[in-house]
Amino acid sequence: MNRFRNALMTTVLAAVLCVIFVPAAGFAQANRIIIDGSTTVGPIGKAFAEYYMSKNPGVNITVSESGSGNGAKSLINGTCDVATMSRFMKDEEFKAAVEKGVSPVATVIAIDGLAIVVHPSSPIQGLTIDKIRDIYTGTITNWKELGGPNVAIVLISRDTNSGTYETFESLVMNKQKISNKAEYVGSSGAIRARVQSTPAAIGYVGLGFVDKTVKALKVNNVYPDNATVTSGAYSIARPLFMFTNGYPKMGSELCNFLNLYLTQKGQQIIEEIGFVPVTKY
Amino acid sequence: MQSQLLISKGARRYKRFGALFGHSLLVAIASSSVIALLFIFYFIMRDAIPFFRIEGVKEFFTSTHWYPSRNAPEFGALSIFVGSALVTLGASIVAVPLGILAALCLSDILPFSVRQVAKPVIEMLAAIPSVVFGFFALVVFAPLLQTHGGSIIAAGAWIVFAPLGLVVVAVASDVATSRLPGRARAAGRIGAAVLLGSLATLALLALTGFLNRLPVSTGTNALNVSIILGIMALPTIVSVSEDALNAVGRELREGSYALGATRAETLVRVVVPAARSGILAAVILGIMRAIGETMVVWMASGNAARIPSPWFNLLEPVRTLTATIAGDMGEADQVTGSARYHVLFAMAACLLAFAFIMNVVSEYAVRRSRRTKG
Repeated sequence: MNRFRNALMTTVLAAVLCVIFVPAAGFAQANRIIIDGSTTVGPIGKAFAEYYMSKNPGVNITVSESGSGNGAKSLINGTCDVATMSRFMKDEEFKAAVEKGVSPVATVIAIDGLAIVVHPSSPIQGLTIDKIRDIYTGTITNWKELGGPNVAIVLISRDTNSGTYETFESLVMNKQKISNKAEYVGSSGAIRARVQSTPAAIGYVGLGFVDKTVKALKVNNVYPDNATVTSGAYSIARPLFMFTNGYPKMGSELCNFLNLYLTQKGQQIIEEIGFVPVTKY
Repeated sequence: MQSQLLISKGARRYKRFGALFGHSLLVAIASSSVIALLFIFYFIMRDAIPFFRIEGVKEFFTSTHWYPSRNAPEFGALSIFVGSALVTLGASIVAVPLGILAALCLSDILPFSVRQVAKPVIEMLAAIPSVVFGFFALVVFAPLLQTHGGSIIAAGAWIVFAPLGLVVVAVASDVATSRLPGRARAAGRIGAAVLLGSLATLALLALTGFLNRLPVSTGTNALNVSIILGIMALPTIVSVSEDALNAVGRELREGSYALGATRAETLVRVVVPAARSGILAAVILGIMRAIGETMVVWMASGNAARIPSPWFNLLEPVRTLTATIAGDMGEADQVTGSARYHVLFAMAACLLAFAFIMNVVSEYAVRRSRRTKG
């Protein structure tokens, strides 16, 4: 009797655990686009995918963000259709791709421009990129060293999690460490909120986040706007890529998806996420 | 005759089976939380141990260089541990005296009708989601601290220390004059209260004068988070310690009065010691709430991985364990930087170990105080 009871209890326990831990089985679909790569470009991929799937219900698009390098790796290994990358492919990656019979084709879908922002009351109008680096490494700690009031600079940075941080680190910091006095916040909106409420603050946000509540600084004497960013005159900017294996067949779902960035809706999406579209309608 | 009382074999088996089924279902439900705990322990340790294997133990606990995203990453978490400790300490300074005093007020001093209204209102604080507190801390409180920092801190010092001082003065003058003979006692008590009270007021004025002149360069700092976390921990402390004070019972209080003790003596020497274990449990619960809180610290502590100078300077931004885990989890994929992924689990393991130690300590303290009482 006791043994029977124990056995029953074990069975019930096992059953409960099974129900909890057996994963739901996935189902495959014919029209499937797999996107992998940069965390910076990922949001564009996700927003495009959402929009495209709502317009074309038969298509299933999955977007993962594992970094540009992994995106390239997946494209070379044939495990994804589109590799989103915030840098161009390296020579070794090209070589590996060609050896595997993959010919990577790059499409610039947007431009990532970072504005350096300060409080509107700040007398500073512009900085050189070296000065910005000195501020963020902690070499310059007071606004008076730059011709401003005698207050300590409050450094605001995006969290190391973000593509924005990555862009800033690679385009401004030049492999130097950001000072440990820097405050990290979780979103570009939060940077803007902190800067607009803190007279001594400096921060950086994607161009799409600049509004009247904060002041964008000239960098190396160039004011950041869509024109200077697309022309390349503004220095804290870089193109964002989607790599495909050859150019997709015209009219295919992949081709239509890829060309979303040329449509008005695509450009709106890109601007909403905080990047600069390549073309302007 | 007998055969009529017997239930048929089939029905008996059916009944037994039903009872068994119910029994085992209840066992499964009851053990599910234990199983969940074991799973949490197992999975955190499984991912935490590889970090120490890859990076070693020393750097993690002794270095303050936290650069996990660089090509040559550095995982010095000392400043993050200090940040967590500082924020927790600040929150307990805000919440513990206020909470215990509020509980005392509710249970023994205020009239019953006030308590009936006030306690649910305080408990409602616990129902506010932490992200709302975080948003408030970031958008409202941080700019306020920046512009009127000194005077807010001074006002806060008044709120915390004035009631504390009042109670201390009342009790101290009570105790100091309790040996005096009948008629002199009342006069002596008033004299002592005035003397001590003015001394305390002067000290408080000097303190707030100093605090008033403090410059606050950034609003998202340890103080901001300490205050908000203190407010979040308050309902736990008030509610649990008030329950403990209430549980002391009327008999003990009346016994104390019957022996000629004043109200202050009864409170300090009888009620509070009797409710000690419950109050301790309340404090520990409140502190656990503060140390485990994530959203508020992630939004409003500044997240600068650096030990403030001097170390108790609450006006500088700090980074805490919970905020680091929450903020770095997204990018810390297992493919690219595995040490970076495992370091977060190492931090989680430290938090878990701390929670475990706190629980053991409180259990031990509760047991011991029970033994000495009984």
